[in-house]
Amino acid sequence: MRQKLLVLWLSDSALDAPVVAWSQWDGTGERTSMAGDESEPPYPSGLAALRDGWRLFQASPLLPHHPGTELQTSYLKYEFWFEQLVEVPPAVPAGTQ
Amino acid sequence: MKLTTRDMARFVAQGYLMFPALVPAAVNEQYFEQVTEPGVPEVRAGTPLSRAYPPGSALHSLFALSDVRDVMESLVGPEPLVDHHFVHLTLGAPEREAFGIHAPLPSQHWHQDSTIDTRIAFDVQIMWFPHDVTAEMGGTRFLPGSHLRVVSEAAIGRYQNIRGQQHVVCPAGTLLFLHHGMWHGGGSNRSDRTRHMVKVRLNPTVRQVRLWDDSDLTPDDFVQQPIFWQRTTRADDDLATILCTAMPWHEADTHRLEFVNRIRLFRYLLGDDRFDADYWLTRLDM
Repeated sequence: MRQKLLVLWLSDSALDAPVVAWSQWDGTGERTSMAGDESEPPYPSGLAALRDGWRLFQASPLLPHHPGTELQTSYLKYEFWFEQLVEVPPAVPAGTQ
Repeated sequence: MKLTTRDMARFVAQGYLMFPALVPAAVNEQYFEQVTEPGVPEVRAGTPLSRAYPPGSALHSLFALSDVRDVMESLVGPEPLVDHHFVHLTLGAPEREAFGIHAPLPSQHWHQDSTIDTRIAFDVQIMWFPHDVTAEMGGTRFLPGSHLRVVSEAAIGRYQNIRGQQHVVCPAGTLLFLHHGMWHGGGSNRSDRTRHMVKVRLNPTVRQVRLWDDSDLTPDDFVQQPIFWQRTTRADDDLATILCTAMPWHEADTHRLEFVNRIRLFRYLLGDDRFDADYWLTRLDM
């Protein structure tokens, strides 16, 4: 079993909000991805990813602002982690073929 | 010519100004004649720019160009300090193969340079592209409007693609002036030519107040306009339009915080706290 990961950053905390940033990592090794390699996201929203079979397993909590930093902007706020679990053929031990 | 107030507002809002082919061919060629031998000079951090680069060196020639000086002085004043410079090389196929690397190297993760920087004053990073940069060569990637986000250097490496990201594709001699906080990264070079980019970081030695040509600034620029309910479309070069235009990647709530932070920076550069755009700071100051 291998894990494929999709991370979507949305424009607000609702899962059907538009995607503003995205990343993908593929534990099967079928696909490689890197910074700056795509101009359009794989899905228009988090909900669209759900409907395509991605399982949500983590979402950013909504945290109050620290006093004195209410106007500061920092990391992208609305982060959602999805996964797909993929069956892969068992590895053949070295020396058995 | 020095920058205008509108240019400065664009720099404040988007964190960059790009000047295609600003550097003449002779200076670009001078760089390539020298890059291997005698090489780009070492400079002690904090050296005044006027003493940093020996006459005859390509970087001395670069900063002797009046067009370059005008932009630089508009942003950081006439005698900034050289923080550092660096020659970024991204290997093309022949050089890569010579090192036994058989596939293009991946792009660099997103990062801000240096470390968490909470100053309102800013350094500029000048990126000089001394040859034509094609899309295949993986020119520097940057995210307009990201410069005011307070993050810790490479902590943003988790993001791969962000709406509105740009990749430098440019003619030889292009200069990109960046606010030090700009999120950026080198691209993957899939071409046969090694890509060169020379980056110079400059620290201001004066307060960055009206260092540009502010003759285009008028009393009307300080007058509040109707907001939200507007029956006419505002001009593109209106300061409020420039400062209060969101980026495609801004979250639904944070774009207004970005406006607030832009206006604060613009007030600092104007040296005048009466300035506001679309009432964002006036409301908070009451």
